[in-house]
Parts: sequence; structure tokens; C-alpha cells
Amino acid sequence: MDKEIISNGDVEILLNVLLEKHGYDFTRYSGASVKRRICRLMLLDKFDRLADLRDRLINDKEYISRFIQEITVNVTDMFRDPLFYKTLREQVLPVLATHPFIRIWHAGCSTGEEVYSFAILLKEANLLHKSLLYATDINPEALEKAVKGIYPLSQMKQFSENYLLSGGKNDFSEYYTAKYNLAKFDDSLKSKMIVSAHNLVTDWSFNEFQLIICRNVLIYFNKELQDKTLELFDYSLEKLGYLALGSKEQIKFSGITPKYKQIDSKEKIWRKMM
Amino acid sequence: MEENDVSRRRYELVIIGGSAGGLEAIIQILEEIKHCGLTIIIVLHRKWAVDSALVGILSSRSPLLVKEAEEKEILMPGTIYLAPADYHLLIEKDRSVSLDASEKINFSRPSIDVSFESAAEIYGPLAAAVLLSGGSSDGVEGLKKIKAMGGLCIVQDPGSALVEYMPRQAIDNVEVDHQMNAVEIGAFLNELR
Repeated sequence: MDKEIISNGDVEILLNVLLEKHGYDFTRYSGASVKRRICRLMLLDKFDRLADLRDRLINDKEYISRFIQEITVNVTDMFRDPLFYKTLREQVLPVLATHPFIRIWHAGCSTGEEVYSFAILLKEANLLHKSLLYATDINPEALEKAVKGIYPLSQMKQFSENYLLSGGKNDFSEYYTAKYNLAKFDDSLKSKMIVSAHNLVTDWSFNEFQLIICRNVLIYFNKELQDKTLELFDYSLEKLGYLALGSKEQIKFSGITPKYKQIDSKEKIWRKMM
Repeated sequence: MEENDVSRRRYELVIIGGSAGGLEAIIQILEEIKHCGLTIIIVLHRKWAVDSALVGILSSRSPLLVKEAEEKEILMPGTIYLAPADYHLLIEKDRSVSLDASEKINFSRPSIDVSFESAAEIYGPLAAAVLLSGGSSDGVEGLKKIKAMGGLCIVQDPGSALVEYMPRQAIDNVEVDHQMNAVEIGAFLNELR
């Protein structure tokens, strides 16, 4: 690969252009990860120099959505880390069930696979009818896919295995209709979903929830932005509500730590105790 | 060993990549490293199910602290970090770890290329990279970058590797500094400063 050597200073300049011109703030993302995504985009879209990408971002408004799409990571699965879902099923849902009305926020939901997964859990616990699932992401294209709930049929084998490992008892194929090489998830699953754009970096709280699920988003933020986002979640969570993060994400060095208790020795699920 | 030029250099990081047959080589290497003032990172392809046991297996073969690399943790000398399953491991300017769950590279996550390239960028000539047994070509591009940034490239002698494809690819495509069997690599790293 004959790549231009890109300095961290050049990346900073590009991110500042994006912030000032378009209001998207990537300046507090993890440096190594953002730089790698930018290099990847330059290869994909054949920019020889970082300055060419910068000019395109300044002059072509349409290109911004492409940039957001490729810089953010949109890798997700249904029932990703099945034992995490098993813990939600066994330890969190029985508590949520005691509420007359359940509000859940999937922050950084990407293309929605984990939101559909959770809707299936709620349905199986007979709680979906009294729940609302708010699904938000920075990336509008990903959200369009979340609204559709249509995923490649080729993924269903893996998703079905994950579902069974999460403690699912049904035939997973009951939840979707296969057509050509696509699987469309049942409309009843999205009847309680509210899908909307929300930027964790610049937008603030919009409701109070009993459960906030945000998986593999904080890993792309630097420490300062992680802390700020955890404060946003804390502010948006009812007392005795739950915060669920990705398998390698932590709250232990943040300001909210003293208020939270991890409910399981392995899964990254905390309860807000005060 | 007559690497006088090498022994006078100063390294900060040893980064080791392996795929099929890599674990066996890593165990042999660790058994040779009695003392080490460098940071050691291991990127090993494997099925996620083996993960929890892996730190235990490696710990029992080494007097050094062996741990899974944690998100945003600062890399310390004399410590062996294992890249967690299903995440790419990247290194930040401040020598902290960033984990990344993006697309697989070379059908792998963690990808050896991703971590080698990141190590080359951050550590430059202070990085020594070791590529072991495997049936993939993951790691070859990363090794090129290590070399280009002035780092040291060590490859397991293909004849001694359980699966020779990966080290063979490296030798065919990169000007490697050393080819050695796993025990020799361990002894070499033990003397590396």
C-alpha cells in the first residue's frame, strides 16, 4: 500500500473542518481508530492525499453522509454476545416487568440488529405491548436499515445460533419472512420502536429510561468523551435503572462509578443504586 | 547470536502475531523469557470460546504478568498483553490501548495487520514484531509497515512452524531481519533491551 504518511496534525485539521463546516464533532474520538477509518476511506474512495478528502468534504455536501457512514463503525449482530442477552433475559426483564410502562434507549444502535433482538426478548416475556424502544444513532443511513428491519438471509444461521445461546426457546425463523436472499423481521417487533437521529457528542438527554443499552460505541471515544457520555446516560436513567455496555467497556474510571453496581460478574450491566 | 547492532538498540515493544499453530509457538517463546523490560503484545487468531482459558494457559508459562489488554489501559513494560477475541487492538499516541470492533481484516478480528500497523506508527524503530505459524497471510502487510518505520522483523522459521504458510508469505514479501525457531525467538527476546 503506497499511502501518504498522514500526521495526527493533518487528521486534526480535517476533523476541525468537519466540525466547523458541518457540525459533526469527531475531535474527541479515539485517535488511532479515527485515523485508521480515514485511511480506509481514502483507499475505498481513491483519495491520494488527505487534502483531497478535505476539499471534497468542504465542497460536496452530499459526501458528508458517505463520510459519516464510513468513519463510524456499523458492525453489529443480532444477539451479539449471547450470554449478555441471557443475563438481560434472566436478571433484568423480571425487574422491568414490574413497571407499568417500560422505556428503553438503544444509543448508537447502528443498523438495528440489537434493537430487534431486544424486542424479541420483550415479546417472549410478554412485555413488548407495554414497552417503548428508542433507537438512536448518528448515522442516518444505518437508521434507515434499522427502520426496515431487513437483513441478509445469509446471516440468519449465525443469528439463530446466538438466539438459542441467549436462552431462546422458539424457532428463530418464526420472527422473519425470507424472500430471495433477505430476511424481513416481523412488523410486530418494530411496532414499539421509535427510530431517530441522535448524536451522543452534541445532543443531550431527551427522556428518562429504565434501561439504556449502548454497546461498542464508547470504545471509539476518548476518555473525556466517554465520561461525558456516561454522565448523559446517568442523567437519562431512572434510579434503579440499568446501564448495559459492550463486552470490553467499563465505567470504573468515570465520575458515575460510585452510584452503580455491576449485576453480574462477567456481563457489562450495571444498576443505578442512587 | 552476533546481533551486535541489535543489542545496542533500544526497544520498547515486542508485538507477536500468530494464527494456526501460533499458540504452540507462543508457549515455547514465553517459556524462554525469564525477564523482560519491554511491553509484549500478543495477537492470536482463535475461536472466541477459548478466550477465558488463554490468559491462564499463558500465565502458567511465564513469570511476567499476562493479562487481556483492556480498553484505554496504558501499556506497561514487563507485561504481556493479549488482544481480546473479536476486537482489533490499536495503540494510541499516549501508549494506551484502543479496542475496535470494526470489520474483520483478512477474515480475522483481532487482525495481526491492524495491530502491527498501529505499533509501527506509534513505536517506529522501537518496535520489534514477530510473526509465527499460520495458514493466513494476515500480518504480512503489518510487517512491511514495521520494517518501513525502522522496526525489527522476526519470523518463525517456516520449517519449524506447524503451519508454514504465514511465515513463508512474510519471508517472500518482506525483508525480514531474523528467521528462527520458537525457542530461539524466545531466547532472543529474552536478551532484547
